[in-house]
Amino acid sequence: MTHFPVEKIRLDFPILEEKIRNKPLVYLDNAASCQKPNAVIDTISHVYRHDYANVHRGVHTLSVRSTDKFESAREKIRAFINADSTKEIIITKGTTESINLVAQTYGKANLKPGDEILITAMEHHSNIVPWQMLCEQTGAILKVAPINQQGELIVTEFEKLLGDKTRLVAVVHMSNALGTINPVKNIIDLAHSRSIPVLLDGAQAIPHMAVDVQALDCDFYAFSGHKLYGPSGVGILYGKRALLEAMPPYQGGGDMIRKVTFEETEYNSLPYKFEAGTPSIADVIGLGAAIEYLNDIGMDAIAAYEAELLNYATEKAKQIKGLRIIGEAAEKGAILSFVLDRIHPHDIGTMLDSLGVAIRAGHHCAMPVMDFYEVPATARASFAMYNTQQEIDVLMNGIESLIEVFG
Amino acid sequence: MFDDLRDLYQEVIFDHNRNPRNFRVMDNADRKVEGFNPLCGDRLTLYLKMSGDVIEDASFQGSGCAISTASVSLMTEIIKGKTEAEAEALFKTFHEMTTGKDEAIQLEAVGKLAVLAGVREYPARVKCATLAWHTLDAALKNEQKSISTE
Repeated sequence: MTHFPVEKIRLDFPILEEKIRNKPLVYLDNAASCQKPNAVIDTISHVYRHDYANVHRGVHTLSVRSTDKFESAREKIRAFINADSTKEIIITKGTTESINLVAQTYGKANLKPGDEILITAMEHHSNIVPWQMLCEQTGAILKVAPINQQGELIVTEFEKLLGDKTRLVAVVHMSNALGTINPVKNIIDLAHSRSIPVLLDGAQAIPHMAVDVQALDCDFYAFSGHKLYGPSGVGILYGKRALLEAMPPYQGGGDMIRKVTFEETEYNSLPYKFEAGTPSIADVIGLGAAIEYLNDIGMDAIAAYEAELLNYATEKAKQIKGLRIIGEAAEKGAILSFVLDRIHPHDIGTMLDSLGVAIRAGHHCAMPVMDFYEVPATARASFAMYNTQQEIDVLMNGIESLIEVFG
Repeated sequence: MFDDLRDLYQEVIFDHNRNPRNFRVMDNADRKVEGFNPLCGDRLTLYLKMSGDVIEDASFQGSGCAISTASVSLMTEIIKGKTEAEAEALFKTFHEMTTGKDEAIQLEAVGKLAVLAGVREYPARVKCATLAWHTLDAALKNEQKSISTE
C-alpha cells in the first residue's frame, strides 16, 4: 500500500469510536452517507456559538460575519470543482433538489412535446423521476441508454440515441448501485458535437475523485454535501453562467428578488435568483470546512487509496463461494455490490450489523438496475477514505460465517 | 459468531427458509393476493382455498428474506382449518407480538409463530415478518389487488 495517513484520518472522525452491539463500528455505508470529521462538527458548532445570524440581510455585525463565512464557503466550493465563478454555484438541499431545479426551470422552459431527454439504465431514482415528471408536464419523451452485464454504459448505443430531438442528456458520473464510473468526458463531447447540454449527477463521484467542471465542460453538475463528509441538507448545483442567466427562477420568495411590488417582481442576480428563502447557513459553512479538510488530504491521494481498498475487497470477495459481484466495470469507484446464493440481502445486512458492520441492503434507489440484473436487492459495501483493509477483513469473515450459519 | 441474533434467527426460521412449506401455485384457489415490500423487494403471492368460511388450503409463491419466507411458510401451515374470524384474530395477536405493543402477550396463543417474536427488537425487520399477514388480511377481506407494506 502507498502511504496514506488513514490512522490519523480516523482520529478526526469521532463516530468511528462507536461500539455497535458491543463491537467496533465498521462503517461501510458511505455511498448512502459519509461520517463527519471534527473539522465539520466543530465548525457548525462554532457558527451557532459565535457567528450565527441570517445572511444577506442586516447591517449588524453578526449578519455581516455570517454572510462572510457563508459566501466564503461558496468560494471554497467553487474552487473545489474549479468553476469559473461563484455565480455558477447554486446552493440547494442536495443532489435531488439540484436535479429537480434544472428539470423545472431549464427543462420546463426549453422542452416541447416530442423532445427527448436521454439518461442511462444505471441512474438513481433522483435522476429518473424528475425527468419523468417533466415529461408528463411537457410531453417530452425519456430515452434510456442501455448498459452491459459488467454494468458499463454501452457508448455506441448511447450515441445512437442522441438525435435531432434530444434536448438534454442527464447521466450519473458514478453509479451508487454498481460503482461504475461513466466516461463522462466522452459523453459530453458526443452530446456537445450535437449542441446538446449535459447534466452530471455527481452525488457519488464527488467524494471519490477530483472533479473539474471546466475541464469536463459539463453544463450542470449536481452533488450533495453529506456524501462529501459534510452536513446533510446542503447540496450544490453548478451550472454554466449563460444557461443559468437564461433560466427562469425555481422557487419564489425572499433572497431571490431584487425588487417586489404587487404589480411585478424583479429577480435577483446569480446565484441568488435560485436561492429563495433562508438557506441552511451553518451547514453550508460546514460544507466549506469539509472541503478544506479534503483539500489538505488531497482528492488524488484519496482516489488512489480507495482504489487499493476496492481492489483488496474485490479480490477477497471473489474467493467467497456463492458470492456474485453486481457491477464489474473496468472503471469503478469504491463500491462493492453483491448477492449471495440463497441468502437475501436483508438477512446479510442484519447479520453483519450484529458484528458491528454497517452495509446497505436494498435496491439503492435504483430499481431499474435491480431489474436488469434480475435481483430483488443487493448488499452493498461502500468504502470511504477512513476505511481500512482490516475492516474489509471483518466484512469478509462475517460474510463467510453467515454463509455457514445459513447452510 | 452470531450469538446476539439467536432470538431473531432461530433454527425453525432457517428450516422454513431452506424448505418452505406449501410453496406452490394453487390452480383452483378461491383467493389470490400479491404482497410486496418495496423497501426490500420481498414479493409473494398468497393462495387460499375456502370452504364456507373455513380456510381449507393455503399456499404461496415468491421470494424474500429468511424472516419473510419463514413467516409466510409458518402462516400457511397454521391457518389451514381455521375460520376467517380465527385467522383474523391470529393476525391481530401476531401483529401485537411483532410490533411489541403488548409486552405481556401470551406466546402460547400464537403457537409456533412465537419463533418470530424476536423481530420486535429489530424495527427494520418487522415488515419482513408481517408482510405475509397483511397479505392474508387482504385475502380474507377479499381484496383482489396487490398490497404493499409501505
